[in-house]
Amino acid sequence: MADSPAEKEIAGEQQWREKAQAKASGDEDSFVTISGIPVDILHTPGSLPGFDYQRHLGFPGEFPYTRGIRHNMYRGRLWTMRQFAGFGSAADTNRRFKYLLDRGQTGLSTAFDMPTLMGYDSDHVFSQGEVGRCGVAIDSLEDMEILFDGIPLDKVSTSMTINAPAAILLALYIAVGEKQGVPSEKLRGTLQNDILKEYIAQKEWIFPPTPHMKLITDIMGFCAQHVPKWNTISISGYHIREAGSTAVQELAFTLADGFAYVQAGIDAGLDVDVFAPRLSFFFNAHMDFFEEIAKYRAARRIWARTMRGKYGAKNPLSWLMRFHTQTAGCSLTAQQPENNIVRTAFQALSAVLGGTQSLHTNSMDESLALPSEKAVQIALRTQQIIAHETGVVNAIDPLGGSYFVESLTNEMEAGAEEYFRKIEALGGVIAGIEKAFFQREIAAAASAYQKAVEQEKRVVVGVNRYEREDEEVEIELLRIDQQMEEDQKKKVRSLRARRDSRAVSKACKALREATGKDKNLIPPILEAVRAYATLGEICDVLREIYGEYREPPVF
Amino acid sequence: MERKIRVLIAKPGLDGHDRGAKIVAGALRDAGMEVIYVGLRQTPEMIVESAIQEDVDVIGISILSGAHNTIFSRVMSLLKDQGAEGQILVCGGGIIPQEDREKLLAMGVSRMFGPGTATSEIVEFIRQSIGEGMGEAQET
Amino acid sequence: MASNTEAMRFRRPWSEQELLEQFIKGKTLALARVISLVENEAPGYRQLLSSLYHRTGKAKKIGITGSTGAGKSTIVDELAKLLVGRQQTVGIIAVDPTSPFTGGALLGDRIRMQDLGLHKDVFIRSMASRGSLGGLARATREVSVVLDAFGKDFILIESVGVGQVALDIAEVVDTTVVVLVPESGDSIQAMKAGLMEIADIFVINKADRDGADRMAVELQAVLDLGRRNNDWDYPVLKTEARHGHGVDLLLEHIDRQRDYLVRTGYLKKRKEELLRAEVRQLFSETVREKMERRLAGEGSLDEVIADILEGKLNPYLAVDQLLERVKGAEI
Repeated sequence: MADSPAEKEIAGEQQWREKAQAKASGDEDSFVTISGIPVDILHTPGSLPGFDYQRHLGFPGEFPYTRGIRHNMYRGRLWTMRQFAGFGSAADTNRRFKYLLDRGQTGLSTAFDMPTLMGYDSDHVFSQGEVGRCGVAIDSLEDMEILFDGIPLDKVSTSMTINAPAAILLALYIAVGEKQGVPSEKLRGTLQNDILKEYIAQKEWIFPPTPHMKLITDIMGFCAQHVPKWNTISISGYHIREAGSTAVQELAFTLADGFAYVQAGIDAGLDVDVFAPRLSFFFNAHMDFFEEIAKYRAARRIWARTMRGKYGAKNPLSWLMRFHTQTAGCSLTAQQPENNIVRTAFQALSAVLGGTQSLHTNSMDESLALPSEKAVQIALRTQQIIAHETGVVNAIDPLGGSYFVESLTNEMEAGAEEYFRKIEALGGVIAGIEKAFFQREIAAAASAYQKAVEQEKRVVVGVNRYEREDEEVEIELLRIDQQMEEDQKKKVRSLRARRDSRAVSKACKALREATGKDKNLIPPILEAVRAYATLGEICDVLREIYGEYREPPVF
Repeated sequence: MERKIRVLIAKPGLDGHDRGAKIVAGALRDAGMEVIYVGLRQTPEMIVESAIQEDVDVIGISILSGAHNTIFSRVMSLLKDQGAEGQILVCGGGIIPQEDREKLLAMGVSRMFGPGTATSEIVEFIRQSIGEGMGEAQET
Repeated sequence: MASNTEAMRFRRPWSEQELLEQFIKGKTLALARVISLVENEAPGYRQLLSSLYHRTGKAKKIGITGSTGAGKSTIVDELAKLLVGRQQTVGIIAVDPTSPFTGGALLGDRIRMQDLGLHKDVFIRSMASRGSLGGLARATREVSVVLDAFGKDFILIESVGVGQVALDIAEVVDTTVVVLVPESGDSIQAMKAGLMEIADIFVINKADRDGADRMAVELQAVLDLGRRNNDWDYPVLKTEARHGHGVDLLLEHIDRQRDYLVRTGYLKKRKEELLRAEVRQLFSETVREKMERRLAGEGSLDEVIADILEGKLNPYLAVDQLLERVKGAEI
């Protein structure tokens, strides 16, 4: 901490600082983290006033989990190298899933296309040109059956990156399980299901915040009873950071979202120690190496302390924060894309040193196009090199005790707490969203960063320094077949013609009635998907009752 | 009254990645332009109708979903239908492969800005392109 | 990066006749262009307005004003939907402030009017306040003349209810709706901003929030004390515009207020007042412009300034001298 008074002066430090000051050259303002936190030239015991090993750090696997959530960390098990993928039709992705399972993978990670993410069927006017593009297209139970055809759901765990229509995808998954004879109690997997960060950053919402929070507590309540092994929410800072936030904002807003879900669960009458262990987190790994490590360490400590202190959780599993990390897509440059391999490697290393449970590394060409196979392989190899060659997995939290890293961890925590106070004063996360507080904070940070780059106060290699004027980028392009969209449109239309339409309208009517009342909506949604109501039709029922969200314009 | 450059900024596609569109909108405002920000999930029909009603000098479209060929060709043909062809500068930003970029220019799109473009470059481009036509616009 | 200079022949100049023809045919492009010319005070724009003037007089003009985030655009959106449902055509002018530092503006009101943008009977125009004293009143008045001439049945003018902007717009419209939200201080702010004096109808939007009922009661009490006009009841309505609740009631009251204005002859009187103000303003502006041009042309102004600087003259005597010089001149 740059300005904090040292508790006791280290002999000779003052004199040393004077000497260093005398030799200082250049612009002192440029020694700040990527988020703009000024960094002191040297850290000493004086940088850590009141430092108490047990209180601040403790042991790995023990409260407050600053050093990690497992006793043996990566010696017991490496992080999961989970590369997110999905494309085209359910059949295309099913083939990819089987290929991965044949090669020993036990977990699946599903990317959905934009129409699915936004709750539109493939033949909706808004879906034009986007079907199957950035993920798999799912319109109904028919597609979901094909997606998991020949894959026993009691044997795999499935992660689904889905938010606005998460309740419907969960119901579809349960329904496929039923068809396979797998009871819901045996299903394992994760829903992203983090709608708050959609309003704050990623903007893939359907309904307004208040009714959507009810859908989320319905999922938490239903899963606690019927799908106990399911991770109900993956609370995500990734997208907040990609939208241009600082590291402190990512930390603070993500945790604030997490606490909002916890409070919503408690308010809905659920037992915190039943649902909290099913919550996990998802962070970004950006360029500023030490700042990122400090962010992960602070996140664990804040979560543990708050869950135990404020929310009275008694189950240690409610205190420990499990998280997935993805390297920063927004840090990749279109110029000299090979340099992105190096960026990604440093980012991945920070996530590992920060104690992540799983990791996705971006491919070098993602600032230009969908990743090519070769680029994806290099990205995966980057993780494997960190795991097997660098030796960083040998000792737990190897940077713990570094004056700099500890002081930065404290600073992250203090910065987050400052935000928690502001958010509380606004009336909580949803009030903050409606008043555009988060959106405004992020927009200001994004614009400050852009200005710093344009004024060359911040160097981005290949973009504002070491540019090559003659650069010609040769990138292998992954093209998505246009025919697929037509086929998918035909498919959903033919389903509507074939199915028992009376059963569909009955199920939709029941859902409409339940939505008006204060009932858990997962059972009627499950009924609707069993009757082959489409994703778009179910969302339309909910749109009709809940309305659609429009964000307050903020710049 | 001083004539202001009017720019429509739109972000078609279903995804919500509007960071770039907003940064550009803010930079153009700071450069003294009047920016009509229509935001996310705009169809070509919505974009062109808004541009016509607002009588803008420039349409700026941010696309990251990969649907740029479809969107721009529709925008250009709708402008033509409305008799506004060649009267509004159409430019865009996003991740566009080189070969597509050439196709877009051939359609009549004036310029595609790639990732890493400085906002000052965009401001400069608009000022230069529109500056020439400004005198004419004053005549009735 | 390649650019495409071939395509850059912008803004084909229209002849006035061509423009008027297209306008009369109902072409959106021509309407939009005429609005720009008027807004920019482009050479010849008054002549253009003059040729359109005989087509005006039918439109009903409603102002909607209130604090940022009160939900004005959403109310305008809902009102416009109700109006087109009654087969009425609608023109919307959405005014946002110009940045005093850069002269630029971010106009974001269309975001809340997404579904309307493509409706054939609705025309939306975003307008920046552009700062000059009284300039906004002129611009909104003249732009609404254009929309009226184009045949719009209703003209909705939305603006942020701060200071001069709201007052300028109140001058132009027949009915002013002030939108408030049940948040501490919003009604006090409204009073300070002079909105109480201009409002005909009050709307408490986001009425599902705490404090809406209390606010309504308090507001009614304040209004009962300080009524401008005893024949009109200054209704206070509650809406939740984002769910469409209560906006139909607002429209009923807008209609009712209009009937009242017609019945009592206030509308006619008001029109007369507005016209009087408008003609006076136009006259003095025109005289001023001509005089100034003349003074600048003759170099008289420079002369008297030099004299004042040399101590031979003072500003008050200088004005008398200048008046003397232009006396009798043709204006």
